[in-house]
Amino acid sequence: MPFGQGRSGGRGRGDKKKDGEKQGQRRPMFRRRKVCKFCADKIDDINYKDVKLIGPFVPERGKILPRRISGTCAMHQRKLQTAIKRARQIALIPYVTD
Amino acid sequence: MSVRQYDLVYILPPDTSEQQATEMHDQVAAIVSRMNGTIEKTENWGRRKLAYEIGPHKEGVYVLEVINGDGDLVKEIDRRLKVTDAIVRHMIVRVDEEKKVVDRTRTRRQTSSERRRVRRGLPPVRQPGEGRSAETEESDDDRFDGVEV
Repeated sequence: MPFGQGRSGGRGRGDKKKDGEKQGQRRPMFRRRKVCKFCADKIDDINYKDVKLIGPFVPERGKILPRRISGTCAMHQRKLQTAIKRARQIALIPYVTD
Repeated sequence: MSVRQYDLVYILPPDTSEQQATEMHDQVAAIVSRMNGTIEKTENWGRRKLAYEIGPHKEGVYVLEVINGDGDLVKEIDRRLKVTDAIVRHMIVRVDEEKKVVDRTRTRRQTSSERRRVRRGLPPVRQPGEGRSAETEESDDDRFDGVEV
C-alpha cells in the first residue's frame, strides 16, 4: 500500500512489487476462528463457585482475559465477568498477583 | 414479602474446629428461622487456600448456605456477620433469578433438540446406545477410511 512507506521512488513504480510483498506477509497470518467456549460446550451456568471453569480465563497476573483473546461471546463474557468478580470477593481467585 | 433465594458464603479461620463450624451454622440457622426463612442446603467445602491473604490468614474454612427468605433477613444476617469476629469474610448473592434463566435456557434447549430429533424420525431422548462419543468415533472412522481408500 502506498501510504506511509517513505520510499523515494513515488507511487508509480514500486507499487506492484510491494503489494505482492505485503500480501505475502499478511496472508499467512490467518488465525483460526475462535469459538466461545461456553456456547460450544453448552454451558448455561457460569457460577462463581466453579473455579475450574473460570480459572482458564484468569491468567497469571490475575486480570480477566479479554474477549479478543479468549473468543468468548459477549453474553458469556458478561456472565464470566460477574462470576470472576464474585469469586474474587471470597478469595477463590486473586485480584492481582505479581 | 416475596421469598428469594440467596447464596451465603463465609470463611472461617483455618484453625476452626468442626464444633465451632457447626456453632456458626446454628447461629445463622437461628437468624434464618427467626426471620421466617429456610435453609435449603449447607455445604462445607473444608479448608482451602485463599487466593490472597486476608489479614493474617492464608487459608480458610469455606461454608456455603443456600437460604430462602426475604431481603430483611439478608440484611440482618449481613449485619450480624459483619460484627462477628469469627468470620474472616462473607458474601451474600441473590441467585434465584439467574437460576430461573438457566433453567429456562436448559429446558428450551432440551425441548428444541427433542423436536429436532422427532422430526428426524428418532425417539425424543437420546438412547443409551447412541452416545455422542460413539457418533464422533464413527465419523472419525469414516474419515480414516476415506484417507486409506
